[in-house]
Amino acid sequence: MKQSKFTSFILYLGLAIGLMISMFPFYWLIVMSTRTTSDIYQFPPKLWFGGELWNNISRVMTQIDFFGAFLNTLFVATAVTVLVLFFDSLAGFAFAKYEFPGKKILFVILLTTMMVPSQLSLVPSFVIMAELGWVGTFKALIIPGMVNAFGIFWIRQYAEGSIPSELLDAGRMDGAGFFRIYFNVALPILRPAFAFLGAFTFIGVWNDYLWPLIVLTDEKKYTLQIALSQLNGLYNTDYSMIIAGTLLAIIPLIIMFLFVSKQFISDIAAGAIKD
Amino acid sequence: MPVPPKRQLAKEIWKNRAVYTAISPFYLLFAVFGLFPIGFSLYLAFHKWDGIGEMTFNGFNNSSYMLTDPEFWQAVGNTFMIWIYSTIPMLFFALIVAFLLHAPFIRFKTFFRIGFFLPNVTSIVAVSIIFAALFANNYGILNYVMGVFNLPLVAWLDVPWGIKAALSSMVIWRWTGYNAVIYLAGLQSIPTTLYEAAKIDGATGIQSFFRITIPLLRPVILFTVITSTIGGMQLFTEPQILLGNNGGTGGAGMTIVLYLYRESFINNYFGYGATVGWGMFLIIALFSFINWKIVQGPSSK
Repeated sequence: MKQSKFTSFILYLGLAIGLMISMFPFYWLIVMSTRTTSDIYQFPPKLWFGGELWNNISRVMTQIDFFGAFLNTLFVATAVTVLVLFFDSLAGFAFAKYEFPGKKILFVILLTTMMVPSQLSLVPSFVIMAELGWVGTFKALIIPGMVNAFGIFWIRQYAEGSIPSELLDAGRMDGAGFFRIYFNVALPILRPAFAFLGAFTFIGVWNDYLWPLIVLTDEKKYTLQIALSQLNGLYNTDYSMIIAGTLLAIIPLIIMFLFVSKQFISDIAAGAIKD
Repeated sequence: MPVPPKRQLAKEIWKNRAVYTAISPFYLLFAVFGLFPIGFSLYLAFHKWDGIGEMTFNGFNNSSYMLTDPEFWQAVGNTFMIWIYSTIPMLFFALIVAFLLHAPFIRFKTFFRIGFFLPNVTSIVAVSIIFAALFANNYGILNYVMGVFNLPLVAWLDVPWGIKAALSSMVIWRWTGYNAVIYLAGLQSIPTTLYEAAKIDGATGIQSFFRITIPLLRPVILFTVITSTIGGMQLFTEPQILLGNNGGTGGAGMTIVLYLYRESFINNYFGYGATVGWGMFLIIALFSFINWKIVQGPSSK
């Protein structure tokens, strides 16, 4: 059956309007970060780019330790991502390919933990951090997040379908133990699944706000999100600077997302459809 | 079996010690940062504590204070209203986008999916700062556009419904593409043979939409409703950045988690904060259950 030109025009028009709404705030962010603060406060608003971008960015750099906050975020997000990939793949592989007493009940416990909202334990978690002396340190951000149920579940699904049992048997015949088989056989096969889990974890940590807001007390340890919120609260007379900082803080995320986007989106969709 | 079952089990466990080691980090971590805090928060909920001095037992004082505090109920009401204002349009738009993208002759599908998904990976702090500029009372672009169309200007961030509209629109903007991607995957998983068979039987497009598409999409819709319920009940960053710790004018943007945060970490009522955590948990559990019943209901006779 041939679609009429008109129908296809209407569909493309709908998609284009949706895409414009989706993209407009990004456009507006870039426009404002190239303007002076008094430009931004003008009515009617200036809809096209100005020439103040470098000026605004340099003010961000002098007002707050933007580069420091950037490195802090990069460090925390990278550390959590690496640890999550390691621990989740180890456990996911074990659940997918090994039989051991208590496996079923342990897996059910794992799934159940995903349903507990984190806000329930917000106050006690903070108290524990204080007792451990971790408040104001990166340990408070990294250690509680270094292994999670979602990732284990995700890797298990992937490992079940992708790692042939014959390969594991062959490894066992050669006398290799569990960890040897994990490193030499499972890890290379699981690598494609790491792209999604890694990006998912990294983006999540990069954007985390509530927990860092509570446990980061030292300005030197601020992550980008906290630094941004401080900028917003303390310097709201210099709006173009705040906006420029906002732009800088999301550029790395967008670049990273664009690199993995195709796989990332289909994996998100697949996770929701299977169950 | 010659070996007694207990010895056998111990042997099996010992044989698998490496596997247990591999899965243990999760359980250890969960015990310390998940299970223990939950027990501890139950304990705290019956105590008065500022985080520094002595903890004193005060029975149900925290919970009865919570249940009679108008601000708590306002926060509950706000959270629900913002959830409704955002979820209904969001899922509706997401369905439309998914249907448009599902049309077989549409090209550049990947490009569109990435474009619609991009808002979802952007940090909420950044989104809140951008939307503060869009909704600003005097210089915001939204008021400018309304002026162009001769509509009366709105002091968005000063009136209760304006505050809720601003917060809802942030949620809609951020999550429509995400849900569209999920609906699209759901649509693609429906076998085309079903539609062909329906056509042979003389079904119109509208009939096959209501008889095939919607029923088969039901589990996916359930998934999006449940996830957006859980997400909507946890709204925090948007109101905190946009309006501050008190939820803006008249507390119109005070949400449950913002209330929990303010009482616990700004006012240092740690015991009370733990109580609010439990209140919130019960609300989410109950509400998710009701949602599940409603969405799942008619098809599962």
